[in-house]
Amino acid sequence: MKTKSIMIVGVGGQGSLLAGRLLGCLLMNCGYDVKVSEVHGMSQRGGSVVTYVRYGGKVRSPVIDEGGADFIVSFELLEAARWLGCLAPGGKVIANTQRIDPMPVVTGAAEYPSGLAEKLKAALPGPPGASADTIDALSLAVEAGSSKAVNIVLMGRLSRYFADIPEDAWLRALKETVPAKTLDTNTKAFSLGRGCEAAPA
Amino acid sequence: MKTLMLGNNAVARGLYEAGVGAASSYPGTPSTEITEALAEYGDVYSEWAPNEKVALETAFGASLGGRRAFCGMKHVGLNVAADPLFTISYTGVRAGLVIAVADDPGMHSSQNEQDSRHYAAAAKLPMLEPADSGECYEFAKYAFELSETFDAPVLLRVCTRTAHSQSVVDAGERVLPELIPYEKDIAKYVMMPGNAKRRHPVVEERVRRLAALAETSPLNRVEPGARRDIGVITSGAPYQYVKEACGDDISVLKLGIVHPLPEKLIRDFAARFTDGVIVIEELDPVIENHCRVLGIPARGKALFPVCGEFSQNLISRALGYDTPAAPELPPWLADLPGRPPIMCAGCPHRGMFYSLAKNKITVLGDIGCYTLGAAAPLGAIDTTICMGASVSGLHGFTHAEGNKAAGRSVCVIGDSTFMHSGVTGLINIAYNGGSSTVIILDNSITGMTGHQQNPTTGFNIKGDPAGKIDLEALCRAVGISRVRVVDPYSIAECDNAVAEEIAAPGPSVIISRRPCALLKTVKPKPPLRVDPGKCKKCKSCMKIGCPAVSMKDGGAEIDATLCVGCGVCTQLCKFDAFEAPGAQRRAAL
Repeated sequence: MKTKSIMIVGVGGQGSLLAGRLLGCLLMNCGYDVKVSEVHGMSQRGGSVVTYVRYGGKVRSPVIDEGGADFIVSFELLEAARWLGCLAPGGKVIANTQRIDPMPVVTGAAEYPSGLAEKLKAALPGPPGASADTIDALSLAVEAGSSKAVNIVLMGRLSRYFADIPEDAWLRALKETVPAKTLDTNTKAFSLGRGCEAAPA
Repeated sequence: MKTLMLGNNAVARGLYEAGVGAASSYPGTPSTEITEALAEYGDVYSEWAPNEKVALETAFGASLGGRRAFCGMKHVGLNVAADPLFTISYTGVRAGLVIAVADDPGMHSSQNEQDSRHYAAAAKLPMLEPADSGECYEFAKYAFELSETFDAPVLLRVCTRTAHSQSVVDAGERVLPELIPYEKDIAKYVMMPGNAKRRHPVVEERVRRLAALAETSPLNRVEPGARRDIGVITSGAPYQYVKEACGDDISVLKLGIVHPLPEKLIRDFAARFTDGVIVIEELDPVIENHCRVLGIPARGKALFPVCGEFSQNLISRALGYDTPAAPELPPWLADLPGRPPIMCAGCPHRGMFYSLAKNKITVLGDIGCYTLGAAAPLGAIDTTICMGASVSGLHGFTHAEGNKAAGRSVCVIGDSTFMHSGVTGLINIAYNGGSSTVIILDNSITGMTGHQQNPTTGFNIKGDPAGKIDLEALCRAVGISRVRVVDPYSIAECDNAVAEEIAAPGPSVIISRRPCALLKTVKPKPPLRVDPGKCKKCKSCMKIGCPAVSMKDGGAEIDATLCVGCGVCTQLCKFDAFEAPGAQRRAAL
């Protein structure tokens, strides 16, 4: 099969590494060849971070380029916009509506774009088929028991697009990747994400 | 058993199975996880050394003592370890010695983009370069065999994309070789001129034998493709991009041994194509230049950049293949606010940096999280060069105009960086009668690389209690009589200490001490609150660049998920708008 690409983008410290590892574990358990490319070090400190997950019969490059992402899962709205150029034709965006101001916005040197969720949907590149789900993952994570579970809420939402991977496989991968003491919260976060409805386009 | 493994963990697994007995390293992105993973294996002696030179010498000692040994570092770490490297190339090893060096094309977390392959050539050592985790594992294992067969330390070069990408590894079992008993051999190991003169030809002959190995080694392989006009020579991460971009259309000579490079293999490969070969390598044209010296028609840097990382699209476009393009997007998307890395909420460096910036002090900086003090709005750092350069640089800086600058300049260096190579600069200041003010930003951990222990923390790599260097005593011992400790959560304390020490004759050390806010042992205080009735929107609190404080329409706001209650913002507010819920406000603030 052709290699598929999932980009996880967000702000350093939001748990994109764990989400990448969850997907890696899941897709490997499902029998795919997998590569996951992570970012460590300086850019982790509150900067814009991106994790690449690629899977298929035989995966070569660990990175995703312009026009290459079948999915962009964004933990923060501005980051979804930043990486939109990587979306493949017909690709899907799943974005947390949470706003985290970058330092240039905090200091007043730049403005956070207003009405970003709507603008993002309007900006989806052609041809038709691309879509953007915007969900309030932070509220769902808090409902699950921890604001830190945003990453797993979004993985729950992403799981809906994988018709051939049963929920059990996701839950097994979750169990294999998250710390044992957070499993209950994360399982709940996953279910809330999987069951939630996105804001209408 | 097949598992998904980070390239660095795969290197560690390979080393482990090959029976590595001792590992000494200094952390540095993107190399750190190799040694961390080794430390997880119970039966490998592992340690963080104060710097890469010490680490490599320690690893060499273990090899001399008969145990397979390892030393890991980032590319700039090899500059520090270069001194022993060039001479243990002469002595050779006893048990195998593998040195992993992690390059960082694209500078994700580095101050330069140097290409470590030059060191392999300069030190005349074999260098292997894996292209994914599977090869990280296999090459690391093989490196020990190669090291012992050729009596040479072996360099294993990874880069960010191999080190920090996970792919599938089929791991096996550990086989621990017998200890090779130490034997005294003065002619081989005492590198005084008479002996070194006899060792140098041995090194040259070893390079010739390694080059012969490179002709036939399975690590260098040809993957045939359809095209007859051009072929590609590549290695490491770029190999993956080439395969992604070109599939089986182009023949590829994939090099796993990047020093020494084969001659006949390349010549024979190039002869198959009507228009010669294209060399696809990140950073410097090392393989390309080798081809040119051999008179082989090769193109490389005419088509591909020297700077930055490659990708499949970059290669596909340069070779004229159909390349996915960035989709048509509205122009506002090109104008989004950037999101640079920042100091964390509650970072203990923030208070000191605010004080230095406010007082317009020239600040020679160093390598670590605190480099981020150069970012807006603090803009508190004037230079960043390399580990330790702040201390020695300040000494020179103060002498540029007859010591006048000592009254308005300081340097800042972290606890781990100070132990790495700051203390030698301090010795220079004390010895040569300087009057610099050195600020040690002691956050009780090696922060930027992800919380590694160091000689000042009191714990070793496994988290067990260990020797703890007393920074105050150390500074006094080298001859600094003015040594004081401040709490950087208090801006007034920082202001006073800096003002007094830069004014004082003679050298001073200020230890700005407060553990990293991200340490598990540091319990955050409850988040502060803003009283909207008191906030006058004067934006004074925005000068510290804390991600937990922002200015909204109604005035300052605290992000309760980020705020750790450090209280630095409180000290900037003239209107008492910040409140610590449930806690008695500290009068000193």
